[in-house]
Amino acid sequence: MLQKKTKNICTAAALVLLAVVIVCVGQFTSSTSMLRTVLQLGAIYALLAVSMNLCNGFTGLFSLGQAGFMTLGAYTYAILTIPVESRAGVYYLYGVAGWLEKLELPIPVALLVAGLVAALFAFLIGLPVLRLKSDYLAIATLGFAEVVRIVTASSPLNRVTNGSLGLTMIPGFSSYYGIFAVVILCIAIIVLLINSTYGRAFKAIRDDEIAAEAMGINLSQHKQMSFVISSFFAAIGGALMAMYMGAISSTTFTIAVTYFILLIVVIGGMGSVTGSVISALLVIASREWWLRFLDQPMFIGSFKVPLLKTGFRMVVFSVILMVVVLLFRKGIMGEREFNWDGIYSFFKRLFSKKKSGKGVQAK
Amino acid sequence: MSENVLKVENATMQFGGVVAVDNLNLEVNEGEIVSLIGPNGAGKTTAFNVITGVYAPTNGRVYFNGACIVENFPHGKMKKLYQGEHLGEYTSVKEPTPDKITQMGMARTFQNIRLWKSQTVMDNVLMAKHMRRSSNLFSATFRLNKREEEKQREETLDLLRIVGLEDVKDDLSTSLPYGKQRRLEIARALATEPKLLLLDEPAAGMNPQETIELTEFIGEIRSKFHMTVLLIEHHMDLVMDISDRIYVLDFGKLIASGVPAEIQNNERVIGAYLGVADDAED
Repeated sequence: MLQKKTKNICTAAALVLLAVVIVCVGQFTSSTSMLRTVLQLGAIYALLAVSMNLCNGFTGLFSLGQAGFMTLGAYTYAILTIPVESRAGVYYLYGVAGWLEKLELPIPVALLVAGLVAALFAFLIGLPVLRLKSDYLAIATLGFAEVVRIVTASSPLNRVTNGSLGLTMIPGFSSYYGIFAVVILCIAIIVLLINSTYGRAFKAIRDDEIAAEAMGINLSQHKQMSFVISSFFAAIGGALMAMYMGAISSTTFTIAVTYFILLIVVIGGMGSVTGSVISALLVIASREWWLRFLDQPMFIGSFKVPLLKTGFRMVVFSVILMVVVLLFRKGIMGEREFNWDGIYSFFKRLFSKKKSGKGVQAK
Repeated sequence: MSENVLKVENATMQFGGVVAVDNLNLEVNEGEIVSLIGPNGAGKTTAFNVITGVYAPTNGRVYFNGACIVENFPHGKMKKLYQGEHLGEYTSVKEPTPDKITQMGMARTFQNIRLWKSQTVMDNVLMAKHMRRSSNLFSATFRLNKREEEKQREETLDLLRIVGLEDVKDDLSTSLPYGKQRRLEIARALATEPKLLLLDEPAAGMNPQETIELTEFIGEIRSKFHMTVLLIEHHMDLVMDISDRIYVLDFGKLIASGVPAEIQNNERVIGAYLGVADDAED
């Protein structure tokens, strides 16, 4: 066991290190560098994974509506922030609705509104849907996500969502640090919530619903709370994604996006915030960056390595995922959070193993 | 009536054509330990579930501290199927969910232990304190309720000290031995600050030594917290030892009630448990 003071120093050091990495990448790399992409995209996916974890991992509600709430968030954000002067260009085919023509909100306000819109939808959907359990809830929320996606592309909304053409010219933060600031703030709020008395109630519902209800925890109210908050942050994640990509359409957030986030959550560990963050960064890095070489033909001497061509990266990526899930049944972190005691005892074990190994050799 | 902590009036619970609890009348006075006994399948746990709001009774009422908290009458499909008595006496529907009933001051334990498995002993008790919070979502998230949080933690530690689990407070709840898990479940129920404690077979699966300890423990709780206790139990030693009064159920019907000495010598009770009278009558 380490002392509390040492632990605090370690945590502070780790946070400073993280900040230094983000700053260094911001200062010394070009705006097209892979490291930048991975950090920014990783941060957005970390927020999405943590928000999904709040609902699925901490409250035990198996919801698959993430993509729907991301769509709501992304579209709300985009509609509210596309610069007035470029609106005519974006809505060139259908024209823009009258009330939208002069509407342009500052980025932070638009982000907040995006979250609130999704939260409102989550509240209304949650009333009937949260009575369902496990797989049934998953199917119902999946259906909701699909409905949202199709409705945004439908013709009655052409003058608001620009139909199937999607929205472009979506502004982002002028600074590279903006996304990180939003993500860190949101995750910090979720962590505070999880460690509060409400977070404990969520975990009680996850572990045993009947016992939780018998101990006076209002099930429907707390499930609703978790679902709405999770959707709020999912929408902010969606808005950040829109910001990052600059253009969205109804096919941007398909069911596959929900599964991808679920995959990050499961690999990181259901019920572990640090697990989700670590796993988001690792998964994004390997998908976007580390495995890139598999897409290019490679020659060893004059021998052409077989199989290496565009798309092979995703095959290897999937195989790695399968192996990881087989080896870590409960994800990288399980239900635990990152802590220094764990790291300390890990190295201690590693060290003592080496020592005992040497001892045997000496004999 | 106001002396009763709990009063069950003409409660009938019918599932389809099966009458699980038939016209149950039961009273628990303040400070008493009352036992509900009966052979397997007599409807004891169903009676418990009716009292704690898991099921709404088909017909009848439940009073708590003199106020009617549960009431129901046969309606809908049950109108035709109903086989019990006192039809038409009750006309309104009151079906609070279990959490509402716990908030009124009734806390229960379960026949098969239902602790929150992934949590520590300390957290199990702390989670049960959630109900008595005064903070809202915002103040709890942004730590504006520090004083309440500290108070909750202190009370939890006190409670663990009283039930003798302080030394294992950081252990996982499921890593405890069986007897201690039972204790923890009772401690968790106490954390909701109840007036009435309902224990569903607290000694199930315990060896004689553990049962003796549990008997003492329940007595201690009554004196320390001025608690009123209603319990279901099969261990007759325990029941006869600590009960002030006993109710006996058989096939959903109340067949006897009284102080332990009366019950021990009641022929119908002996008959229900040993099944002698039936053959002779045929």
